[in-house]
Amino acid sequence: MKKTFRLEGLDCANCAAKIEAAVGKIEGVKEATVNFMTTKMIIEAEDEKMPEIIAEAEKIVKKIEPDTVMKKA
Amino acid sequence: MKRKIYRITTGAIVYIIAILIKTDIEWLHFLLYLIALLTVGGDVILNAIKNIFKGKVFDENFLMSIATIGAFFVGDYPEGVAVMLFYQIGELFQSYAVNKSRKSIASLMDIRPDYANVKKADELVRMDPDEVQIGDIIVIKAGEKVPLDGKVIEGSSMLDTSALTGESVPRGAETGDEILSGCININGLLTVEVTKEYGESTVSKILDLVENASNKKSNSEQFITKFARYYTPIVVIVAVLLAIIPPLFIKDASFSDWIYRALSFLVVSCPCALVISIPLSFFGGIGGASRKGILVKGSNYLEALAKAEIIVFDKTGTLTKGVFNVQEIHPIELTGEELLEIAAYTESYSNHPISISLQQAYGKEIDNTRITEVEEISGHGVVAAIDGKKAAAGNAKLMKKLGIPYYEGELIGTAVHVAVDGKYAGYILISDEVKPDSLQAIKTLKRSHIKKTVMLTGDNRAVAEKTANILGIDKVYSELLPGDKVDKLEELFQEKTENGKLVFVGDGMNDAPVLARADIGIAMGGLGSDAAIEAADIVIMTDEPSKIVTAIKISKKTLRIAQENMVFAIGVKILVLLLSAIGIATMWAAVFADVGVTIIAIINSFRALNVKNTQ
Repeated sequence: MKKTFRLEGLDCANCAAKIEAAVGKIEGVKEATVNFMTTKMIIEAEDEKMPEIIAEAEKIVKKIEPDTVMKKA
Repeated sequence: MKRKIYRITTGAIVYIIAILIKTDIEWLHFLLYLIALLTVGGDVILNAIKNIFKGKVFDENFLMSIATIGAFFVGDYPEGVAVMLFYQIGELFQSYAVNKSRKSIASLMDIRPDYANVKKADELVRMDPDEVQIGDIIVIKAGEKVPLDGKVIEGSSMLDTSALTGESVPRGAETGDEILSGCININGLLTVEVTKEYGESTVSKILDLVENASNKKSNSEQFITKFARYYTPIVVIVAVLLAIIPPLFIKDASFSDWIYRALSFLVVSCPCALVISIPLSFFGGIGGASRKGILVKGSNYLEALAKAEIIVFDKTGTLTKGVFNVQEIHPIELTGEELLEIAAYTESYSNHPISISLQQAYGKEIDNTRITEVEEISGHGVVAAIDGKKAAAGNAKLMKKLGIPYYEGELIGTAVHVAVDGKYAGYILISDEVKPDSLQAIKTLKRSHIKKTVMLTGDNRAVAEKTANILGIDKVYSELLPGDKVDKLEELFQEKTENGKLVFVGDGMNDAPVLARADIGIAMGGLGSDAAIEAADIVIMTDEPSKIVTAIKISKKTLRIAQENMVFAIGVKILVLLLSAIGIATMWAAVFADVGVTIIAIINSFRALNVKNTQ
């Protein structure tokens, strides 16, 4: 399943690339894309692991960009 | 944002005071500069410390903090503050520029309807388009956006489709017509029955497509992200080595001098200028294209299009209109006008496409009282009495059947033979018509270094070759079955160079396999056709082949801007690194190489948004 999130306050393109790479490495994630221009993140992952993946992704976003908030789109 | 500006201004004033005050008291100077530094960049230093505890070293905050603190350490207070000051101003500019470009792109795609006027009992209720259901009746007033796809059940109006197609000529809509969301109702009042939910509506599909287009990253984007991953650590390591090694091995080399050089390295090591400018250019290009009615489904396709080498066209509906029209009139004894009149009258009772095209060419009202004794001979044509004279109009088989000798040479298109009173009167040639901009499109493509243009068609050879000749197409394959088209494409793949791209242009109706097999599949006339939007990589909303030229131009321009940014950013950074290493560049130059370059690159990528007309 695919889930879309908004990354509010995403200001740095390099951080977007870092978040994309880190979220893509979470176990169970098939594909993660962060679009710097639309500030959207799309995570494609297995259904049953989704809640944990989202929690993990939130941590990653906080760590890489403390000012950015991950919100459901 | 405002608070940050105040803070930076205050800090800058303290900084200027510190420079102006002439005093021999070293600590007073130090104190003033320190206050300036903390006012300007306190948040940066604080973030850096916080991040270190989170295990995140080497981010911008850290690099800038180290650079300024280091400058203080070696006694260069003014430069330490200057670095922080310019970094902060640069960051402000950068976030302003990014916001601005996000907004200008969003306004390009400002076709999202805000509300729908739904008819409930006797009143109109404003609803979110998302909540409207199929079968609901909505009312669209003049000046409003059509919120959902639907069918007009009352009223007539002109619709502005420019947001969807880039076309400035409005379209008419009347009772019974299907209308698409995203258009703007110009004058009349329309009552519409909703036929699609918002999520399935044209407007939401187009928005989705354009917004997600930049998810599919181009090669240059991937390259730059990878480059950035190695660039920062390498520069930081070199900086450390630079601070330690030369002072140890070179005589007379002072630590403070080399530390200063190393600090400049740290300032330059941030990869943001590189990483930001490429996606921004592509996003601008995709946005600019969509304003012209060209939907690109991914940055990668926009990038690939610039390398187009062979362009393969489908004929009917792509280069030609796909509608039949009278092309030539060859009368014997009669005038052309008379021949057409007889043919039009004879066939006037038939609703065959050929007959319709005859009526259109004739262009006058048919006076039914002049026609008597109409007899349609299926598969042959029509025999009727016009003004009492016996007339026959139909194909060669009809002439044979009636035993009338007729012109038997090879004809390109469909011939309607006409006989009056049992005597051959001539023939009218009807065929599909080439689109008005096809010729210009092919010509321009050739001038813009497309190596080969090819046409594939299921039509017969004579028709195909004539069309190709008119348009100046290099190679024609005719009488193909749908499956043959893929085989021909495979053959053509052999002819292109390794990096060149093969483009297929079709109308998206029945060439899905070919669209998929080509490097880039372009579907024309995508407005309202879900199949075309599904199957293609690039969708041209109108049915003008000249838009292919526009698309290639946008692609090339975008790519050039992205490359300019890449070369400029990497070039300036490396130059400043070299100059810093040998001690020529100051920390000021380093700050420019970081934020200055970023801002210039962002401004440059704005250009991708502006698309000029090709005509």
